Amino acid sequence: MNQADFVSLVMPFKDKVFRLAKRLLVSREEAEDATQEILLKLWNNSKKIGEYKNVEAFSMTMTKNFCLDRLKSKQASNLKIVHSNYTDDHTSLQKQVEAKDSVDWVSKIMEALPEQQKIIVQLRDIEAYDFSEIAEMLDMNETAVRVNLSRARKTIREKLTNTHQYGIK
Amino acid sequence: MVLNNIEKLIEKYLNAETSLQEEAQLKAYFNSDDVAPQFEAYKPMFQYFSESKKEQYTKDVPLKSKKTSLYPWISVAAVAVLILGLVVPNFMGPTEKEKQEAQLVYNQTMEAFSLISIGMHEGKSQLTNLALVGENIEEGVQQASKLGTFSTITNKILKNKSH
Repeated sequence: MNQADFVSLVMPFKDKVFRLAKRLLVSREEAEDATQEILLKLWNNSKKIGEYKNVEAFSMTMTKNFCLDRLKSKQASNLKIVHSNYTDDHTSLQKQVEAKDSVDWVSKIMEALPEQQKIIVQLRDIEAYDFSEIAEMLDMNETAVRVNLSRARKTIREKLTNTHQYGIK
Repeated sequence: MVLNNIEKLIEKYLNAETSLQEEAQLKAYFNSDDVAPQFEAYKPMFQYFSESKKEQYTKDVPLKSKKTSLYPWISVAAVAVLILGLVVPNFMGPTEKEKQEAQLVYNQTMEAFSLISIGMHEGKSQLTNLALVGENIEEGVQQASKLGTFSTITNKILKNKSH
């Protein structure tokens, strides 16, 4: 496998890896580092890549594990990941200024979710993976994925309607 | 889109029972401008999801083609060369030049030996001379002993005469 093959293989899902990393690590820099790390790991094992039946799912699992490890080590060393990219959402800024606050609010709500639910919402609602794929990536069964997803969605809905009404009243 | 339908979809959505198509339908609905006021609360949620998907990884990954760095192997190579240099000539046997040199040395040695042997022969012939001398001496000695017996006989004669 040469470099061009590898890039064309990795291209379709590198953004997904990055977004999952960012979901878990919050900070953009951290997520970029993690993505680079994951891609380099894949590249170093590019000889064996043919043996995996689903490289994308494998990479997502790798990303999840890497980020969780990273979080664990950060917590152990008492270092909190701080993110400095609050105002990076250009799209929302341009499109709907009035909606921006509540859209940002969703991201904060999601930050507060347990890691497992965060990952599942990310994989399902943002990346639109099948339940079977998510189950494979997270090494869970589909029912557990659904239960977690349902909980996460309800939590987001609840917090969102609360703040929504709070904003009105 | 029928609001009833949306409501049902939301219900299913919250229970995580929607298919990907149905979720895409919901996303499309909430990203459009005419969202019914009772569902307004869901709007930011789906908008956020759609927006998050636009985020891209823009950094370049430095993909180095795997250079197996030679440096650690240099010492191994050096040792290998050393061992080869020491061991191989012993197995290979002498070269043509070495054979010639050996022949030369052999010839020279043989020449020296033959010179010595010539010298030895000469010495030997001188030795025969010496042996001749020895024989002469022996003859002389015999003659001298004859002279001895002669003198004892004369002595006896002289004694007899004096008596």
